[in-house]
Amino acid sequence: MLASFSAGMLKLYKRPAAWGLLLVALVLSQIFNYLVPYAGYLSADNERAAEQILASTMPEYLISNSIGGFPLFAGALALTLGVLSVGSEYSFGTLKTMLIQRPRRLTFFAGELLVLAVAVLAIVLSIFALGALTSYTIATSLSNSIAWPSLSELARGVASGWLILMTWCLLGAMLAFLFKGMAMPIGLGVVWILGIENLIVNVAAALLDFADTLQVGLPGVNAGSLVSALGGRSDAPGVNTAVDGTQATIVLVAYAVVFVLIASVALQRRDVT
Amino acid sequence: MNSEGVLVETRNLTKRYGSRILAVDRVSLTVRRGEVYGFLGPNGAGKTTCMRMLLGLIRPTSGKATVLGRSPGHPESLVRVGALVESPAFYPYLSGMDNLRVVARYASVPKRRIEEVLRLVGLTHRARDKFATYSLGMKQRLGVAAALLKDPELLILDEPTNGLDPAGMADMRDLIRRLGSGERTVLLSSHLLGEIEQICDRVGIISGGRLIAESTVEKLRGKGALLVGAKPLDHARQSAEQLLGAERVEVLNGTLRLNVDPVTAGRINRELVDAGVEVTELRPVEGTLEEVFLEMTDQKGESHVG
Repeated sequence: MLASFSAGMLKLYKRPAAWGLLLVALVLSQIFNYLVPYAGYLSADNERAAEQILASTMPEYLISNSIGGFPLFAGALALTLGVLSVGSEYSFGTLKTMLIQRPRRLTFFAGELLVLAVAVLAIVLSIFALGALTSYTIATSLSNSIAWPSLSELARGVASGWLILMTWCLLGAMLAFLFKGMAMPIGLGVVWILGIENLIVNVAAALLDFADTLQVGLPGVNAGSLVSALGGRSDAPGVNTAVDGTQATIVLVAYAVVFVLIASVALQRRDVT
Repeated sequence: MNSEGVLVETRNLTKRYGSRILAVDRVSLTVRRGEVYGFLGPNGAGKTTCMRMLLGLIRPTSGKATVLGRSPGHPESLVRVGALVESPAFYPYLSGMDNLRVVARYASVPKRRIEEVLRLVGLTHRARDKFATYSLGMKQRLGVAAALLKDPELLILDEPTNGLDPAGMADMRDLIRRLGSGERTVLLSSHLLGEIEQICDRVGIISGGRLIAESTVEKLRGKGALLVGAKPLDHARQSAEQLLGAERVEVLNGTLRLNVDPVTAGRINRELVDAGVEVTELRPVEGTLEEVFLEMTDQKGESHVG
């Protein structure tokens, strides 16, 4: 599996699209977590409102700021990463080239999974690191006192953020194995994350009992609840208090496992044509 | 099975898609160590499906295949097999060199082999350019380079000259001949008769998913024929038919084509002259694989794909 992992890392490391996704994730998190609030602070009418806005950018809110966008926009980017990495093996036709080298199909898949796990961790850590730098810069420029979250809180934040993004990433990988390509999985996945879950939660749940029951089992809702359990503002898009943090973690892990199993069966059983 | 002498063996290998499409129909073939085996068939005959089954990419519906003593796709057989199946497929955003690095890592092959195979296929000078910028010929050569990375005992090449210009085709044939000249065994598929005739020791002819012949090129070509220029032609034809039987005599462009072993030329000449025929030309001709192939594949079966 190490051979497959090392080959997969080389493919991803040299892929401009992967770096593009990381860049987009960093820019969006900076804009919505720091730039917009800072601009709001500068243009606020009264001092108290300005202080409140500015407080949200301070280092003590690093965790909630960093993972606040994970249920939605960063999730969609992670899904795209999963689709890109698996789907392009079909669209480039490279799956056949690699599978006839040596690795068994599941070994190849395990290598790809490990690469995605590392890539998602790198995205999460980058968002945290850049957020820390920006909040530190804002705090010191205003001579505010600096209070960082504890290391254990940070570790929990990074792990939870990784779980959320990894779940979406695996959904993308699974769809790419099922559809043997990229266009449909990206389309369906992004529509699900950004549209369908919102419709179920905000429209259908209020009208139908079964939709109300169903929503607590949705991956996006659980991702939002996990963010909220770690201090995320529940009025932020995609963040909610539908379930507690433990249940959210269990549900996301279950989704991740199911996505991996379905993808494994699809790869193992189907002909590579 | 004797894995020392036989590298690839299939028994009644069959691939069916749904109830209507029979891509490969009970193919039993044998590839022996050290030979260049040509897998010849028209487009859509089932060659690629067969090769994909030998590499474990496609599972047969029924029948059995053994490659280097293992089931197809087993890591222990794959590690000794290099293959190029259909068009060469690589990552367009990586250079030729990086593509080979990726392949080498999957194959657990040391990095130094990359330079060697690039040199072997004549691609060293463009190795650092992106695959997306390669011409079709260069892509094909990179495909062969990747297939050679493992220094394989068995090389499987599926239509390696597809899409190449005449010079590229000649280069590729030279390369394949060189590769197959030593201990290495080559299984080569093609729909180009000349290619198979020039390169291969033994040939399997596939048509409509069925292996309809398997033999050496010489045996398939037969012993050849005699072309006889004679006057008067009608009288010559009648005399030849009396001598050899009507089924062995044809009139082609004002000459007689006698389907007999050319070593009998002297006797036939004498008999024709004794019969009052003026023999103006007597020339042995080799049988061509094309004639054999067209004769053998002139059959219509059920719906097939390649």
